Amino acid sequence: MRLQYPMNIKIVRVPCTGKVDVIHILRALEKGADGACVIGCLEGECHFNTGNLMARRRVEQAQKILDTVGIGGGRAKMFNLSSSEGPRFAQYATEFTAAIKELGPNPLKLAKNKAA
Amino acid sequence: MIVADRKPVEEIIEHLKDHKNILVLGCNECVTVCEAGGKKEVQVLASALRMNAQTQGNEVKIDEVTLERQCDQEYVEEIRDIIDQYDAVVSLACGVGVQFTAEQYPSTMIYPGVNTCFMGATEKRGLWTERCQGCGQCILATTGSICPVARCAKRLFNGPCGGSTAGKCEINAEVECAWQLIVDRMKALDKLDQYETLCPIKDWSTDRAGGPRKVVREDVQQ
Repeated sequence: MRLQYPMNIKIVRVPCTGKVDVIHILRALEKGADGACVIGCLEGECHFNTGNLMARRRVEQAQKILDTVGIGGGRAKMFNLSSSEGPRFAQYATEFTAAIKELGPNPLKLAKNKAA
Repeated sequence: MIVADRKPVEEIIEHLKDHKNILVLGCNECVTVCEAGGKKEVQVLASALRMNAQTQGNEVKIDEVTLERQCDQEYVEEIRDIIDQYDAVVSLACGVGVQFTAEQYPSTMIYPGVNTCFMGATEKRGLWTERCQGCGQCILATTGSICPVARCAKRLFNGPCGGSTAGKCEINAEVECAWQLIVDRMKALDKLDQYETLCPIKDWSTDRAGGPRKVVREDVQQ
């Protein structure tokens, strides 16, 4: 298939999106990532029944916290696809990268550069 | 267990705005089970506070520690060596833990990081409901193991009242009538005759009406 997607995306593999916790998303942004998206299976098709539904709620929780602390909730997002949907993964990766580029760099990086 | 709920991050940020060295202190007991103040919640709150400080351009040191309990001296002692590094502590323990930690470290400001709610049970993950009000004189033996003090809105001892409709309480259609539950359970246990025994007036002096309470056990004191 040799699909192209932005090369600035770092993939962290987890056994199920149900493993992703609020702290993982927050830590990614705290450490300087410009955005963090969770890509899980289609809703209703989780092998563990509710992993992707839990992930969605945790992403929403992280978004609220990020809004409160001035990073912006838009930097965390949840996507769903089936594991065979390569083109959709590339599409989501491109869309999310474009959305984050629109938001600009992580405010923490800007604050750090200003301080330095 | 004691059930607590998370405080809004905004409220905690507001309390801490003048502090530069902050310790986020979790508790491994009840608040961990009700997912309000355990190690995970400590990590999330500390991360949020760090990011907030950085976006505001403030240099703030925020550390994380989770104690086994904050309502026992031997565990609260564990931070004795490091407490001087901090000018404020956010305790994610229940109100008991916050106060007890504050008593041990009188020169450090201890802020509450959760709203302590009640003594209750985990019905399912994410749903905790009240079961006990600690009235100091347990009457569960006569009420089919269902507490009218904690679960009847009027704390009736010879219920139900006229507000009980189809097993629900008049204050809210979602609230079970405690006395309906009691009658149903007594019936199931074939002990309905007990229900007809009038419950005498309760001595509320062991409840909050008698002021702050204590339990003294000289036999186990050292």
